[in-house]
Amino acid sequence: MDITSTLKRWWLNAIAHIDFPLLLITAAIMLIGLATVNSATIDSAHRMLSQAGNMGFALVIMWLVSRMPPQKLMNFAVPLYILGVILLIAVFLFGIKVNGARRWLSIGITRIQPSEILKIAMPLMLAWYFQKYEATLKLKHYAIAALLLVVPFGLIAKQPDLGTALLVGGAGFFVIFFAGLPWKVIIGLGAAGAAAAPLLWHALHDYQQKRILTLIDPTTDPLGSGYHIIQSTIAIGSGGLVGKGYLNGTQTHLEFIPEKHTDFIFAVYSEEWGLLGNLLLLFLYTLLVARGMMIASAAPTLFSRLLAGAISLNLFTYAFINMGMVSGILPVVGVPLPFMSYGGTALVTLFLGIGMLMSIHTHRMLVKK
Amino acid sequence: MGDFHNPEGDVDRFRFRIGFAAVVVLLAFGLLLGRFVWLQVIQHDFYQTRAEDNRIALIPIVPNRGVITDRHGIVLAHNYSAFTLEITPSQTGNLEATIDALAEIIDIQAKDRKRFKRLLDEAKNFESIPIRTRLSDAEVAIFAAQRFRFPGVEVKARLFRQYPMGKVASHALGYIGRITDRDLKWIEEAEKQANYKGTDHIGKNGLEQHYEFELHGETGYEQVEIDAGGRALRSLKRIPPVSGNNLQLTLDIKLQEITEKAFGERKGSLVAIDPATGGILALVSNPTYDPNLFVDGISPENWKELNDHPDKPMVNRAINGAYPPGSTFKPFMALAALESGKRTAQQAISDPGFFTFGNHTFRDDKKGGHGSVDMYKSIVHSCDTYYYMLANDMGIDNISKFMGQLGFGQRTGVDLGKDEFSESKGVLPSQEWKKQRFKKPEQQKWYAGETISIGIGQGYNAYTPIQLAQATATLANNGVMFRPHLVRHIVDTRTSEKRAIEPKPIRDLQWKEKNLEVIHRSMLGVIKEGTGNRAFAGAPYLAGGKTGTAQVYSLKGAEYKASAVKQHLRDHALFIAYAPIDKPTIALAVLVENGGFGAQSAAPIARMVLDYYLLGKLPAGAAPEDSEAVEEDPEE
Repeated sequence: MDITSTLKRWWLNAIAHIDFPLLLITAAIMLIGLATVNSATIDSAHRMLSQAGNMGFALVIMWLVSRMPPQKLMNFAVPLYILGVILLIAVFLFGIKVNGARRWLSIGITRIQPSEILKIAMPLMLAWYFQKYEATLKLKHYAIAALLLVVPFGLIAKQPDLGTALLVGGAGFFVIFFAGLPWKVIIGLGAAGAAAAPLLWHALHDYQQKRILTLIDPTTDPLGSGYHIIQSTIAIGSGGLVGKGYLNGTQTHLEFIPEKHTDFIFAVYSEEWGLLGNLLLLFLYTLLVARGMMIASAAPTLFSRLLAGAISLNLFTYAFINMGMVSGILPVVGVPLPFMSYGGTALVTLFLGIGMLMSIHTHRMLVKK
Repeated sequence: MGDFHNPEGDVDRFRFRIGFAAVVVLLAFGLLLGRFVWLQVIQHDFYQTRAEDNRIALIPIVPNRGVITDRHGIVLAHNYSAFTLEITPSQTGNLEATIDALAEIIDIQAKDRKRFKRLLDEAKNFESIPIRTRLSDAEVAIFAAQRFRFPGVEVKARLFRQYPMGKVASHALGYIGRITDRDLKWIEEAEKQANYKGTDHIGKNGLEQHYEFELHGETGYEQVEIDAGGRALRSLKRIPPVSGNNLQLTLDIKLQEITEKAFGERKGSLVAIDPATGGILALVSNPTYDPNLFVDGISPENWKELNDHPDKPMVNRAINGAYPPGSTFKPFMALAALESGKRTAQQAISDPGFFTFGNHTFRDDKKGGHGSVDMYKSIVHSCDTYYYMLANDMGIDNISKFMGQLGFGQRTGVDLGKDEFSESKGVLPSQEWKKQRFKKPEQQKWYAGETISIGIGQGYNAYTPIQLAQATATLANNGVMFRPHLVRHIVDTRTSEKRAIEPKPIRDLQWKEKNLEVIHRSMLGVIKEGTGNRAFAGAPYLAGGKTGTAQVYSLKGAEYKASAVKQHLRDHALFIAYAPIDKPTIALAVLVENGGFGAQSAAPIARMVLDYYLLGKLPAGAAPEDSEAVEEDPEE
């Protein structure tokens, strides 16, 4: 008796901060992801098991984060942000070049990608900042927040890593937006952005310009990045209504799809499961974002509202940019598909976010207003 | 934003914004859904067909590699077309049988088969793979007559790299070879994968590697429709390739050739630079090798021969050999003394032939010493004692600071090889360097006694010939320093415009004119009446020079034959020179490994180079062997 009640207590304690809707949705996407990674790598280096390992590890991280109350999370905001920016500057000065971009820092045994830290540190920092000035919020605070956003964004874009820069910039912008950046300013920025587009165009690297041009007409670069898009749209389109069936994607197994277990995994999935599969996946992502937004709406403090809102919208951005680029309506920027693409780092970052959502939701009653 | 804060209002506003964001999310996902419906329902048939006959093959057309010429337009690297016999695996039934049948009519060796196997693993299905290269006309004719027997086999014209000058300047030019995994990484880092489809050779070192992406050009392609059997049905579209850009060098290949001849069998290096621009006029590393051996994939025997040769012909001594500069260091030391105010030109020492520091005696070459020695004499007669004292007075920190500014112990950044690591740094001794170099604390400490031999270019000093040449050029150019470089301009094949590599001074060391004058006068003295006078007897121009000898240390416990010892323990001979003295157009550094005294073997090479460059005079016959030259004057 005693043992069972102890076990029960222990169990209840262990799951006290798990938000089951979030867990179920992400688990569903991950299962689909595992199956697809299996299909994509079945002819070569098999990666399903190591991906399962990545997932297990990331879930442990999520569990740990979910047990931290939001006040504790706040304590991480400033140090993590400062660390991230310092590491970004270090990368800028003496990072190692891989694939033409200076994104990694070598620390003895392993390499770290500091821009990954900012995916978490950016929304944390800005949410903390707005919480701090909640009572006296003025326009200048938005300006300072924008500055806090622009510095890391610029450093990451310079690496160049447009995909991560967009995600980090997006995460920061969402916080500022939810914190009540006046609509006038938003519209003004939009207009200014449109006016500055030609300038921006020149600031882009040659290869980035080429990617955007390739998007408009993939056939202009049929040997390079256009090849990716041509082949992935063929994969998606030939999948049809119900797909070619699991493990039967010809595009996949005839090696026409590049990076098929990482950034282009959606093409593999879409070819084998068709429009119905895509609908299911879109539905799951919608649920995920919706759950996040619910958590944000119910959150008791400004900090947790902003953080939850930004994390939810960031999950959406991930999914939208990836599926958009693979289906050929957005330029190829190198963003993985959340919970689907192979890779441990991305999973850990994602589950840090999910863990924070859970923490915000399960601790909401404990906050005395 | 009012100052009046209303938390309730904040929450409402937040919820409104969440709602707004939700609408945006739904719209964006709706857009994706629309795209999926478009691709998977409306355009499904089209894509279905495309996937089924995803047999529109893009066949890359490899561009012509850029041509490399010397400063006068003499071709040093170009391409020629040769016939190869190629097989398209997807179009042949049984590969083994096909190759066996081919071998009956055309000579196919085991190494050809091996190479084919290797390429087969890397190739895409519709690409053709060479089984034999460089067919003779007779072989082409034989195959043409029997073609019907071999579906999927064809004769193709491919381009091959050729170096018409053979061994001359091979260390500067480098060579191209098959793309390896390491090269692939490099291509990926530069985001050039697409442009290298179909390319199978890449620059391996030297200029060919440094300017790889200039020389390569842009790959064209042909869109070919292929039927189910993999046979090409028709060409849909052809985008021609763009040839790579040509390089015109600062190198004077005639000068280079004469210099290499002057070295003969001797090992060593010479770098000659135009002091006013940093343009390299000759860059010699001897022995050399024939880069043509690599073009078609070097045979294992040849590779072994080159790599295991005791004289190491593959090593580019000019940028990777680090040697003590010996007495060629003295003019720079003297200048450092004048600039730092440690000495005036007139101050003279009385030289007993040795210098005692603590309980160690440092000896001079000349027994009994040189008598009274001022700065001019110290350089002209290469007096060691003067520099022992000077180094002791200056201290290591001052020496290494001055020499560091001259580029000693740092990579010059010459345009050879893939990245800066292609060049060696050498060693500029300093307290800092010792700390990093040694592990044990007692070894990490700098001892004052160690500074003394630094003064005569010995001790820990170790510099590459190109560093020494750069420092000499900087001296000749009165302290305005340039980065040594080999490419004068890049000729854009598309527009035919010449993109000059603008020589920009790295720094101006701002030496005082009167100090420079002392050094120039002394170095002129070297060839008028000093250690270099025999080599420069009768020269119609005025040059500055300095001889040097660098000690080579014996390897204790190594097995040796008596005769070999003599060769190996011989000191390295060095010479630096620039001319004409009033407005130098050439500065150089020569090093002859185990060449004995600098005056004997290095100075004559410098003389030949200067004679040719300034007067157009060709040397009479080959360089004299210095085998057993009579040593009349042991003064170096």
